[in-house]
Amino acid sequence: MTAPGSAPRVGAALAFDGIRVQYAGRPLPALQQVTFTAHPGLVTAVVGPNGSGKSSLVRTLLRRAPVIAGRVLLDDRDIAPLDARALAQQVAIVTQREEPGMPLFVREFVMLGRHACRGAFGAPSDFDRALVEESLVKAGIADAIDRTTDSLSGGEWQRVRIARALAQDTRVLVLDEPTTFLDIAHEMAVFELVDALAKEGRTVLLVSHQLNLVARFAEHIVLLDHGRVAAAGDVNAVMRGEILEAVYNWPLVVTRDPAVGVPALLPLRGRGRSR
Amino acid sequence: MTVAPRTSAAPRGAWPWILGLALLVGVSVFAIAFGAVSLPLGTVTDALRGVGDPANVSIVRELRLPRVLLAALVGAGLAMSGGALQGTMRNPLAEPYLLGVSGGAAVGAVMAMAFGVQVPAVITACAFAGAAVATLVVTALARVVGGSGDTRLLLMAGVVVGAFANAAILVALADAPPERLRGALWWMMGSAADASWGSVGRSAAALLLLGTVLVWRARELDVLALGSEPAAALGVDVDRASRHIFLVSSWLAAATVAAAGLVGFVGLVVPNLARAFGARQHRPMLLLSALYGAVLLVAADLLARTVRAPAELPLGAVTALVGVPFFLSQLRKVAP
Repeated sequence: MTAPGSAPRVGAALAFDGIRVQYAGRPLPALQQVTFTAHPGLVTAVVGPNGSGKSSLVRTLLRRAPVIAGRVLLDDRDIAPLDARALAQQVAIVTQREEPGMPLFVREFVMLGRHACRGAFGAPSDFDRALVEESLVKAGIADAIDRTTDSLSGGEWQRVRIARALAQDTRVLVLDEPTTFLDIAHEMAVFELVDALAKEGRTVLLVSHQLNLVARFAEHIVLLDHGRVAAAGDVNAVMRGEILEAVYNWPLVVTRDPAVGVPALLPLRGRGRSR
Repeated sequence: MTVAPRTSAAPRGAWPWILGLALLVGVSVFAIAFGAVSLPLGTVTDALRGVGDPANVSIVRELRLPRVLLAALVGAGLAMSGGALQGTMRNPLAEPYLLGVSGGAAVGAVMAMAFGVQVPAVITACAFAGAAVATLVVTALARVVGGSGDTRLLLMAGVVVGAFANAAILVALADAPPERLRGALWWMMGSAADASWGSVGRSAAALLLLGTVLVWRARELDVLALGSEPAAALGVDVDRASRHIFLVSSWLAAATVAAAGLVGFVGLVVPNLARAFGARQHRPMLLLSALYGAVLLVAADLLARTVRAPAELPLGAVTALVGVPFFLSQLRKVAP
């Protein structure tokens, strides 16, 4: 049988249209007039300082942020009328934090990615099982399938979570800070995986702090600042010293990545210091 | 790509089920045979079929069998309720008694009786209402105190609501004649002594109905147990599903309270035991919990009425003696 995930995926355009998010009791909106589109087959990265609204943006997709204006569109269709289950069939999200709870076998844990597509009863279908195995292979963690989730290292845990999102078999994949706590090798591996997943045709939205890696891997970058889009476009449009210095409020220079020649950011010592 | 061997959704092997069933049958037979009048096994089986000394038939059929069945049903209900609450709250210390919902149910039932209600079904309905109110109060308290997420606050709120419930029962029964004061103790410490075929029937109906709902939603519980954001990402309407499961679990506990008063810690100990037996996913875990909950409570009731015979210990005292040390040992594990 053909492995279910091996066919090229056709992504869906994920568009944020004039999004405004305001939490109760906060004076300022967490997001305002945020408009951009993540296109199929590309990695779209959302970057910005702490508190710039990156997580609120992801929370709009989880329906856990109060959206008071604007729409989120999937292929020009508003997601607001979709219930949680229907949305999970189209958009998979690797959330920023997830504490391992009561232990499951990795196989069972990744099978939970099929939840939105399965009935309440009945064993998983052959399609479900094949998809779980395929997802684990793609995430590079297939050998962990018969381990329990409480035995995984930090890097393995992230990969197993990505595998669970892949098992959702969606057109759109969203990853919120997937490389926090990972060392360089594991971080690079995750970025390469994200790149490969987009090249298969999916729409990938990546929220990240790693500007230099984003510059190498993302085709489209959206820079948020205080809840607004400060800059958006390809790497050369966003990775500019005067823009980043203003947004991050820290002296820095933008040079060239010696390996691949894309712009790279180099933060300087604090104001008034020499090195 | 290599295909790894399949592991079924059932816990490792069938031995926990076989052991549980054997224990249930064994302890039930013991419980029917032992008591103020101890009967040999042959007499018990005859009496179950209605053969032999009418006194023995009456003891077995009208006193001991309903009592054993009621204890089994109450244990199963409490264990399933605790298992589901632990899943939605991601906290292995959650259970209906510690969350105050059992206390709320008891207040509902006692208030109904204080107003002169005699019909058992109406008393049960009032217990359901009391449990629902306690659920609302506990979740609202926890939300006011610290956002909606922290289940430790929920447990604290539960203990406080439980204490309030006990106080309310004492107040409601304070001016009652001395024999009714025993009634207060009955509600607060639990007992299967008032078992009748009617209470067995009501408990069985509640367990069948509400237990089925929980088993049916077990996969949602698996997802909810991952935490609210991951669960939302996987397609569960988290707030709604948690609310429903919380309410169904509370009602399951309320049905046991209406039948046997407050019996704590069964819902705490048994689901953790089922997990230790390898039932990781909620469907097998809930079913295995029902089995071992039944075993535990039939055994506890047997102890309650034989250890200090002819005096009877409160059932809740026996389960607390087992449960509190267990709670403390678990507390060490979940401490940050």
